[in-house]
Amino acid sequence: MALLEVDDLHIHLRTPRGPAEAVRGVGFSLERGQTLGIVGESGCGKSITVQALMGLLPPAARVTGNIRFDGRELVGLPEREMCKLRGDRIGMIFQEPMTALNPVHTIARQVAEPLRLHRGLSARAARDEALQLLERVGIPDAAARLDAYPHQFSGGQRQRIGIAMALACGPDLLIADEPTTALDVTIQKQILELIQGLVAERGMSLILISHDLGVIAQSVSHMLVMYGGTIVESGPTAEVFARRSHPYTQGLFAARPALGAPRGTRLATIRGSVPELVDLPPGCPFAGRCGFTIEACHATRPPPETVGPGHVARCIRLDTVRAAEVAQ
Amino acid sequence: MSAALLEVRDLVRHYALPRESLFSPAPLVKAVNGVSFVLQAGRSLGIVGESGSGKSTIARLVMALDHPTSGSVQLLGRDLHRLPREALRTARRDIQMVFQDPYGSLDPRQTVERIVAEPLAALSDASRAEQRERAAESLSAVGLRATDLHKYPHEFSGGQRQRIAIARALITRPRLIVADEPVSALDVSVQAQVLNLMQDLQQQFGISYLLISHDLAVVNHLCDDVCVLHRGLVVERGAPADLFAHAEHPYTQALLAAVPRAEPPPTRNML
Repeated sequence: MALLEVDDLHIHLRTPRGPAEAVRGVGFSLERGQTLGIVGESGCGKSITVQALMGLLPPAARVTGNIRFDGRELVGLPEREMCKLRGDRIGMIFQEPMTALNPVHTIARQVAEPLRLHRGLSARAARDEALQLLERVGIPDAAARLDAYPHQFSGGQRQRIGIAMALACGPDLLIADEPTTALDVTIQKQILELIQGLVAERGMSLILISHDLGVIAQSVSHMLVMYGGTIVESGPTAEVFARRSHPYTQGLFAARPALGAPRGTRLATIRGSVPELVDLPPGCPFAGRCGFTIEACHATRPPPETVGPGHVARCIRLDTVRAAEVAQ
Repeated sequence: MSAALLEVRDLVRHYALPRESLFSPAPLVKAVNGVSFVLQAGRSLGIVGESGSGKSTIARLVMALDHPTSGSVQLLGRDLHRLPREALRTARRDIQMVFQDPYGSLDPRQTVERIVAEPLAALSDASRAEQRERAAESLSAVGLRATDLHKYPHEFSGGQRQRIAIARALITRPRLIVADEPVSALDVSVQAQVLNLMQDLQQQFGISYLLISHDLAVVNHLCDDVCVLHRGLVVERGAPADLFAHAEHPYTQALLAAVPRAEPPPTRNML
């Protein structure tokens, strides 16, 4: 049985501009020890999807569909039950390491907190365990810095402390939402390597959210591309990279400025801008911006089409897209 | 020989931190520690470095928003930090800035017309009618419509807001635009549109950019020369293609090695 199975997940939110369906029929599964990346631009629904997994959606959100974690249904689970899972079986690393840590508590106390709460460890035992975790995530001279406060650490070190907290109870699933976006590239590399090392060593499953295709390429074995609240393409990372099939995935790759491209090269752009969730069209969410749009694209949501082993794209124009690619 | 568009010589900016004890001297942060470069008209220079390398301090000094501890910034032969007030006001028309955050850099309570025309209102004696006309011109140069003049910033997406910020920079017909991380807050697909626009403006109006970025690929796309900044010093400089192909300095090499590539090599030990 898969560790995590998400099936036909819909999330309705209330926004200042009216009700919006932020996630529309998302489904995927994650085996124990598997790593999954979610790529997409702002407003595609990637963060909302993992917030639903963590039970962290705003109270006004309405969720339908299924999220089965280790055989247990999380949709509609009472907050008290969810609290027992969160930080214990499911750990999370956030984007902004400064705001994710509490500025008025020492790091030892914050890393020890989930251990005391979920494992019922004594203060002494939890502190010893916290020290080991901080040493494992590479905080230099951790023993001497247990009683330091978050502001006394650099951004990269704070993210390491955040990772130590997420790992404290040995979760089965680690969720990292843009864990390196606020960090410099050299630090980003260290943090990604740390996460990869920990995932392999502890046999955890990983969901990594990123807008950066490079980060996805280096860190995960499977990936989902999200757009307008739906998964437009999914599959093994190597497979999706080698045979990008959905026009949106192709556009995303082409729009990145590449190192070493000659001066004066034009970047391929995707015309228009990301639609607001409130105004999403009923058919394919990418229909307005896609060069291959026909009348039928606007009518209904495209069904999944298999394009390779485990590799699926939701587009009714795949043949035409592929023909255009060959012609180029 | 005509003067270079921008010449920065031995620029130093130290900031004093609060004293740790009454009798010890205040510790110094050496944000910029002796940086020199020359930017010829019509060319563009990128400054890359990580946080704390001093790149934004350089932008502030070039814009004369801050005073250097020592050294000079010359724009078309005039030392910006030694100009009398009125002359500095005139000189500011030649140099405009685009900021990173298109949400924070536009006043939400002003119309696009007022936002875009503001540099004209502040730096010249143009009449209201002239300001309006120039604002419309500027908006059309960045691909927005004259009807957008009466809207407010919240009616636009992030990419469109960055276009408005660029239109505001263009309105004084500057020779140099200092752009501090102009696309890093934008989504990938929108980022490409703004980079293409910046490239068009470069060709159309002969504008030079001083582009501050942590993203080597963005600098590679827009600039003729790059300076790699590390702890307030330029550690390596050159044309982007050469520099990125044969980096000499260990810091440049580390920076390049850390950029995640968007192709998974089959040999890498995937999890």
